[in-house]
Amino acid sequence: MEITTRSLWTLIHGMGFGALYLLASSGAIVALYRRYSFNAPSQSEPSSDRFLGIYLSIMAALAWLTVLTGTYIIYPWYRATPPKGTVNLGAFPHSLLLSHPATSQWHLIGMEWKEHVAWLVPIAITAAAFIAIKYARDLRNHPQLRSALLGFTAISLFAAGIAGFFGAMLDKNAPVEGGQTIQLVKGELP
Amino acid sequence: MSEQINTISEDSSGLPNGSGAAAILSAGIGSFAVAIFAIAADKYALVKNLFVFYKPTGALSGETTVAILLWLAAWAILDWRWRKRTVSLRRINAVALGLLGLSLLLTFPPIGDLF
Repeated sequence: MEITTRSLWTLIHGMGFGALYLLASSGAIVALYRRYSFNAPSQSEPSSDRFLGIYLSIMAALAWLTVLTGTYIIYPWYRATPPKGTVNLGAFPHSLLLSHPATSQWHLIGMEWKEHVAWLVPIAITAAAFIAIKYARDLRNHPQLRSALLGFTAISLFAAGIAGFFGAMLDKNAPVEGGQTIQLVKGELP
Repeated sequence: MSEQINTISEDSSGLPNGSGAAAILSAGIGSFAVAIFAIAADKYALVKNLFVFYKPTGALSGETTVAILLWLAAWAILDWRWRKRTVSLRRINAVALGLLGLSLLLTFPPIGDLF
């Protein structure tokens, strides 16, 4: 059982930071809604207010790690230009996708959208985390700030969902492969 | 004016809402900048070349770096101006969420390519 270093980084980026962000943000939306809905109890523990700030800060860290690994580690491998005369484009996902009409739109729409929309996520969730930490218990007195907190978290989930969906589909159609091979488990013939 | 008074009474508490408003509006500005820079780099070769801060990543490196710097600068300036004030958050929320929504749409290539 083996994995290449590029595949490992793709896993860390998508299945690690990205998927964890999606799980965390859906949880955050439910928690925020329950916490600040009209039927919620009027008082909460101070530790619970602190927890919300810490939780959103961890989400912000995950979002930054996702976009930074995606943009500066994986994207250069994805968009590398093949040397002239290269027949096997397997190591050049961008060129591989564009080489066939059936796959070109995965790049022209999928990657082009993903590479930009993903950057909205850390911006939105960092603002949300700042509000949760700064106002903490006082958020109960600021209905408009609560609305913004929920709205920003929801939009960040939507943007992350778009990036995650296209990331998964791009990886199915033209995976980023190559680099050193890491042997995870030594195999035996059955 | 009446909206401003309503908002102030709605959001009245120990902490003024100015810092939160600054974070909200600047996030909208930063997001919108990502979308605008992406469209500009796609449309103009000169802009695209100017945004190549890190060659392996291409123009995406400059588009996002400049947008992040703009976002942080807007945040710092707005926070400095509003931190001790209670502002009309209803309008600021609408503008910021509108900018975020527009950014989602404008980064979608078939829409971004219309410009």
